[in-house]
Amino acid sequence: MAWAWIGCAILISGVSAGEGDAGRLRPVTVIGGEIPEALTETPGDPVRGRALVIDRTKGLCLLCHAGPFPEERFPGDIGPDLSGVGGRRSAGALRLRLVDGRVLNPDTIMPSYYTLSGTTRVGAAWAGRPVLEAQAIEDVVAFLVTLRDTTTERSAP
Amino acid sequence: MRRAASLALGLALAGAGNATGISAAEIPPTEIPPAARRSGFDTMSPAIQAMQRDETANPGLLWVQEGEDLWAKAPAADRPACAGCHGAADASMRGVAARYPAYDVESGGAIDLQGRINACRRRHQGAPPFPYESGELLGLSAYVAAQSRGLPIVPPDDPHLAPAREAGRALFTRRMGQLGFSCAACHDDHPGRRLGAAPIPQGHPTGYPLYRLEWQGVGSVQRRLRNCMTGMRAEPFAYGAPEFVALERYLMDRASPLPIETPAVRP
Repeated sequence: MAWAWIGCAILISGVSAGEGDAGRLRPVTVIGGEIPEALTETPGDPVRGRALVIDRTKGLCLLCHAGPFPEERFPGDIGPDLSGVGGRRSAGALRLRLVDGRVLNPDTIMPSYYTLSGTTRVGAAWAGRPVLEAQAIEDVVAFLVTLRDTTTERSAP
Repeated sequence: MRRAASLALGLALAGAGNATGISAAEIPPTEIPPAARRSGFDTMSPAIQAMQRDETANPGLLWVQEGEDLWAKAPAADRPACAGCHGAADASMRGVAARYPAYDVESGGAIDLQGRINACRRRHQGAPPFPYESGELLGLSAYVAAQSRGLPIVPPDDPHLAPAREAGRALFTRRMGQLGFSCAACHDDHPGRRLGAAPIPQGHPTGYPLYRLEWQGVGSVQRRLRNCMTGMRAEPFAYGAPEFVALERYLMDRASPLPIETPAVRP
């Protein structure tokens, strides 16, 4: 039984500008509900990842998720609380949920942060760009895996 | 520059059906049944609710007043005012906003209230259209719509509107923009929850044109839809686009039988 399948969609880049097109996106391999391999050679930086997560114009996470961010008020409540998510999900599982959670649930409201397919009428300022670049995905994953049991986090000095 | 066939991100799962081992069942998008439909008014702060209700505090009434003046004013000496044909608006326009957008024979498609006002200017008043979001068009639209204040929205039983209804529903559920949201993803599936600090309403256009504190002014439902599309990182439709009229038709069907609130006040 096939267990893993490397999926690479071919898109024709109709523009000659050569930038911002689908060619910049790296192919990923989904294995058993995870993307086990990092998208980049440079390891993710959890400090940058945290900054992205709480930035409501970049990571956008707090629009839907609460989490262990005492300085951040008024998070949304559409998605699950991120507290302890690193204890519940592996890095690969988190990576797939960021890259394209619709692989797991086609109806999820969670945006697919690293794909250019499945949507229409992308605004001119955003066309041909993923929500987050590959290194930013790795930074966010690196941060999310540090979110363990919240009581431990809060009692830490 | 080269024209390239590019390898793009693609994702696929193993042939085995349960390859992920993750159950991700979610309630499919469903329409809100009529008895469960709620205006955004219900979840506003009491202070803003009071502002809408109070005839001396509702800033939208300034636009309604401007519309009332325009209703009676002839665009040119030899051309009729709106009142010249329609008479007193409180009689002739009562209920109109509750059934718009309607079918327009001349264009062969759906037309919304502001489109009708501009069509009337062209056909009967020999006057140029008011620009979208101008004080004049918002004022006249608000004045006409305010004549239906308190009346339930009643979808017209007109088979000519079927294509607009269908197109509107399709647009409502289509993923748009870089973030891939649809209207339905928030307003059918998650009303009552919060997107950041903002409560997600069911999204019924019961009070347009309305005064929005964020705008410091009155705006049309199309202005609101454009804001939403920008937030989705989508390319908004142009003002007056048939897509917007189709969406308005579907939204009014979806809002029935809530009452018209024009001029509503929203945060």
